Amino acid sequence: MSVTIRLSLRAAQLAAASVALVLLAGCERPPVTAVQTGYRGTGMEQVNNPRTDRITVAMNQAPESAEPASPDGPKASQVYQNVQVLGHLSVAEFARHMVAITAWVSPQEGCGYCHNVQNFADDGKYTKVVARRMVQMTQHLNADWKPHVGATGVTCYTCHRGNPVPAQVWYAPAGRKYAENSVMGDLAGQNIGARSVGYSSLPNDPFTPYLLGDQPIRVNGNEALRFTGAAANLASTKQAEHTYGLMMHMSNSLGVNCTFCHNTRAFQSWDEAPPQRVTAWHGIRMARDLNVAYLEPLTSTFPANRLGPKGDVAKVNCSTCHQGVNKPLLGAAMAKNHPELLAPYKVAGLPAPVSEAARSVLYFNVGSAALGGDQAKGLVLLISALSTTPGSKATISGYHSASGDLVPNQELAKQRALTVRDSLVAAGVPADRLTLEKPVSAEANLSGEDPAARRVEVSVK
Amino acid sequence: MAQFQPLFSIENQNLFTEVQPTGPLHDGPPLPRGDWRRSGKPFMWHLLGRIGNAQIGPIYLGGLGVASLVFGTLAFNIIGFNMLASVDWSPLQLIRQLFWLALEPPPPSFGLSIPPLAQGGWWLVVGFLLTTSLLLWWARTYRRARQLGLGTHVPWAFAAAIWLYLVCGFFRPIMMGSWSEAVPFGIFPHLDWVSALSLRYGNLFYNPFHALSIVFLYGSVLLFAMHGATILAVSRFGGEREIEQIVDRGTASERAALFWRWTMGFNASMESIHRWAWWFAVLTPLVGGIGILLTGTVVDNWYLWSMKHGVVPSYPAVYPVNVDPALLIGVKP
Repeated sequence: MSVTIRLSLRAAQLAAASVALVLLAGCERPPVTAVQTGYRGTGMEQVNNPRTDRITVAMNQAPESAEPASPDGPKASQVYQNVQVLGHLSVAEFARHMVAITAWVSPQEGCGYCHNVQNFADDGKYTKVVARRMVQMTQHLNADWKPHVGATGVTCYTCHRGNPVPAQVWYAPAGRKYAENSVMGDLAGQNIGARSVGYSSLPNDPFTPYLLGDQPIRVNGNEALRFTGAAANLASTKQAEHTYGLMMHMSNSLGVNCTFCHNTRAFQSWDEAPPQRVTAWHGIRMARDLNVAYLEPLTSTFPANRLGPKGDVAKVNCSTCHQGVNKPLLGAAMAKNHPELLAPYKVAGLPAPVSEAARSVLYFNVGSAALGGDQAKGLVLLISALSTTPGSKATISGYHSASGDLVPNQELAKQRALTVRDSLVAAGVPADRLTLEKPVSAEANLSGEDPAARRVEVSVK
Repeated sequence: MAQFQPLFSIENQNLFTEVQPTGPLHDGPPLPRGDWRRSGKPFMWHLLGRIGNAQIGPIYLGGLGVASLVFGTLAFNIIGFNMLASVDWSPLQLIRQLFWLALEPPPPSFGLSIPPLAQGGWWLVVGFLLTTSLLLWWARTYRRARQLGLGTHVPWAFAAAIWLYLVCGFFRPIMMGSWSEAVPFGIFPHLDWVSALSLRYGNLFYNPFHALSIVFLYGSVLLFAMHGATILAVSRFGGEREIEQIVDRGTASERAALFWRWTMGFNASMESIHRWAWWFAVLTPLVGGIGILLTGTVVDNWYLWSMKHGVVPSYPAVYPVNVDPALLIGVKP
């Protein structure tokens, strides 16, 4: 072989080697472990990299909880001023909770992060108002979202991990400088390498439509042929791209493959899916509930520097809690050591709903927009009256109690009204016969929590 | 076996061009009246001679070629400037994000109507320009083939590829009633579109036409490798002079045939192997296009279709039975 050929072969080898190096730079080095999770030959397996797993495990350790405090002695609400959601705790329990929350949320900043240290009862700092609402959110989540959080539950630490603002939250993405209103350069919300969707070119804000709005996520139908069956599936390929973006986020957040929740040969099949898919289904609804009922209403509470580029509040998605593992904090059952966070404290039992043909009054728990217990029964007479008088219309008004911040409270009242409207629609009342009406006066009691104030009134006209 | 060679002597495997026959530069046969003149003065390029013919040019552009290049350049530039605009006219970001960027078809709300330029209008313009460019280039390959007195195998093979392009970007969107079903012009975006299409329509791997297309695609690769290897292996007997061997079968052809008959009992002939290759290559996009055309227009879920018609088996259940939570009464919305 001639010298020139040898030289050019050598050069070609070098070039090939450098190209290979560049292409492989983004890859994790082998070996990885693959664990079979389904029937043989179906590719149902979880792939893990033991080297990245070591890092993930180290990052997801739960802190020790302090010894339980004595429930005896005077209540916090009797000793301190302005204790709205934890007033039923003993002073010792209350202090233990405050120490814990400081370590979880603002270990560097200390008590002064939320409190005016001259007057701990003062609600002047926005952080205190937010923290109170977040305690309510945690209680609601542990009590009402068991299909997702199970008995493990969550604490402030699940998301915060020692940061005043959890590291993994989402905002509506920033607009671009020129391209936003330009005749050229439409990105259609995708086609930019974005971390939110695992650096694919998929639509990179899957959160606004699915975790804030309730756009349909399902794009698969249950019929083999087009335009058949009771509900023909009309989802577009573009919709599939959006759903795919959300699924990339979920997969990334949990550090799992698609096969963790789906039998990937038939993504739509529940029969063939691993049981985790049911948990994940509830998780999507949970994130949406928290964003709509707790975080969005806090928008005006936050200062501008805490808001996103479009002026929206920080919101949760799967990675806010999960942070790379399929069970947050690797499944550590931390919440059971903090019983004050497990359920909303009910000041008193709810009054029985008022049920008349022309008027219903339904009562709600503190901070909740869900119809609990048998409150929905209060609608029975009203629904039959509406169905027998076709022309009649109903007006729905939501109310809140005096305790807490006005703006989130007003949003809560609105959510309560929406819950009742949805129940009526679900019961077959046409939506065009229902009107939402903002009450002229909040008409709240002045002494904090009054169960009779947290209500929705429906009247037939 | 006097021709037996040492096993590891790479020179004797004929894997690289070692001899470059160079002759006087030539323009090719004269063209008839009405044709353009060929452009460019031909020259020799040694490095290219190592992988092909060392003579570069002249090239025949012709009216069709020029028109095709004009339309193609317009399309390429409109895509490029849309990409540049989408990263706020930053050349650095254009390079960095190039693989992610795309010119996207209009959103589903526009159906088959003409959208504004900013919302997929450019995509429609580029689709027209690029399709025109491709069809003109096709006509050019057809004209050049006829002009040289050749058969039209190359144009028809090219047409098979254009068929798949038109199915994905034109015929299927029209049958679906929405431009949004078409492919974006972009590197990763068109790949993500492929995945999304498969996910939406219940897994394209269960589409029998997709399966056939894969058979022909992988088959093409296999045939290409088998044929290339066979001819190189018998080139020491003059086997690369395939056409002569077709007419006057020599020892190269006989040995190649014997090799395959001994190893698998059957051999293609010197001429039929090229038909194998041509049909496999052409059938890849042809059947693939049929599969895509049926996707969403006739079949909504290929997995369910395959299960219904017994194309694939079902597997034993290994998970506890899940019920779709959306169907349960009283569950959170």
